[in-house]
Amino acid sequence: MFVPCDRGGGSASSDFKGFTLLMPAVSVGNVGQLATDLVISTLDMTKVGYFYTDCLVPMVGNNPYATAEENSMELSINAEVYSLPSKKLVVLQIRSPFIKHKYRPFCQTLLSWVKSSKCARVILLSSSHAYQRDDEQLLGTPLRYLLTPDLEKAVGGLMQELNWKEMEKVAAYPGINDTEKVLHIPGGGITKLLFTESCSKGIQMAVLLKFCSEGDNIPDAFALVDYLNEWLQLIKSEVNTSSQWKIPSSWRLLFGNGLPPALF
Amino acid sequence: MATFFGEVVVAPSRAGVDDEEESAEEAREETPEDREIRRELEKKREIDVLWTLKSGASADSSADEPFVCSKFIVAIGHNAAAFLSSFILDSVCWEVVGVAKLWNEWCRTSNTTNVLPTDSFCLFYRLISDPTVLLCQCSCYVAEDQQFQWLEKVFGCMRKEGLQVTILSTCPVADYKTQESTLTLPSPFLKALKTKEFKEQVCCPLLEQPNIVRDLPAA
Repeated sequence: MFVPCDRGGGSASSDFKGFTLLMPAVSVGNVGQLATDLVISTLDMTKVGYFYTDCLVPMVGNNPYATAEENSMELSINAEVYSLPSKKLVVLQIRSPFIKHKYRPFCQTLLSWVKSSKCARVILLSSSHAYQRDDEQLLGTPLRYLLTPDLEKAVGGLMQELNWKEMEKVAAYPGINDTEKVLHIPGGGITKLLFTESCSKGIQMAVLLKFCSEGDNIPDAFALVDYLNEWLQLIKSEVNTSSQWKIPSSWRLLFGNGLPPALF
Repeated sequence: MATFFGEVVVAPSRAGVDDEEESAEEAREETPEDREIRRELEKKREIDVLWTLKSGASADSSADEPFVCSKFIVAIGHNAAAFLSSFILDSVCWEVVGVAKLWNEWCRTSNTTNVLPTDSFCLFYRLISDPTVLLCQCSCYVAEDQQFQWLEKVFGCMRKEGLQVTILSTCPVADYKTQESTLTLPSPFLKALKTKEFKEQVCCPLLEQPNIVRDLPAA
């Protein structure tokens, strides 16, 4: 599945032992993917390979993180891997939706890659439909986290210190039987599947998600990446952290082209 | 419909596509009947690539040795296929060497090789004077779940060393993202994407961000 780039770095650049894998779920508002873009762009991460997979809709374009003419000509596809060895961080960016019936095969292949490349833990950035919140969730922070039991042991205490809120479970049969609770992440794409699979496979995974709606999700992406930064400290968190994340050049023209002058 | 950095959007839904259905489907235990139905549906959506060898005998794509190919030109979509029909293809210099048969909700490929421009078809031609030059006209729509299969079955038959692939395709001007309005753009215009292994001169400007290519040309 993972195809390393030919960068002369050889196997060194695709050795992810002990690294943290950061990846998005294709979810409501694409918030996870936008947040991942911010991380890759700000930390100027190097592409080390891609996923050759039939689970995602194909797409290709030129370098989305181009800063100048010289680096704008590298092709970019739907699932690419970037790395920053100094922070022991490897990032998978997903750029297109999943093909029907391919959620499970993708999750299984991904998790077996995580195990074989000996990543220490996985952090999944995701989002969930804001309109599905209950009365309590409407108040307070829209950010939530989830930890697999294996990661709970390692960082559970840190979450308490950061005063983070764990994603609440909902009744399996609302109105009929309120005792049986299940995890429900509407609009979260592969989030729930990947999380439950990780729990059963003993993988250390954290899910960081934000309640949001479709629209201009750039502020949601900033909120999510700031949330992530509280934990991982990827960039120095000064008073106004939001302004320190670098927006990639591919975010231009998100809402259409320029207006025709003839309109006026 | 706003599109982002590289996200392929299938209107009207965005990223959270059908995930309730999907996860519910996955969660439900598949009965043997479900599995059978799923298998039949998958079989129906399978792509068959049939190559006709020089001797006229048909051969199954999987039985052949990969053949040597130096240049492979693929025209995807009606416009690109028509371009090849009008300017490149003729019965003197080119011969039909293969056909891809497929079915999806949008189209079914015609059975003959004597096709009309309005038909949906996917044919492979070879230059008689240089049999390593191949050409493909694919005017049928290849669905998302079939694109990878098409790719593997077609390219699986060729030797990839020294192979140069050129893909011709068209997109509506309205989909092009630019600072000015597309009304004032002189159209039609050409844009290109190339891999870093392509060292020759490209005849037109490269596709700027945030524009992307999707579907079969992307695959």
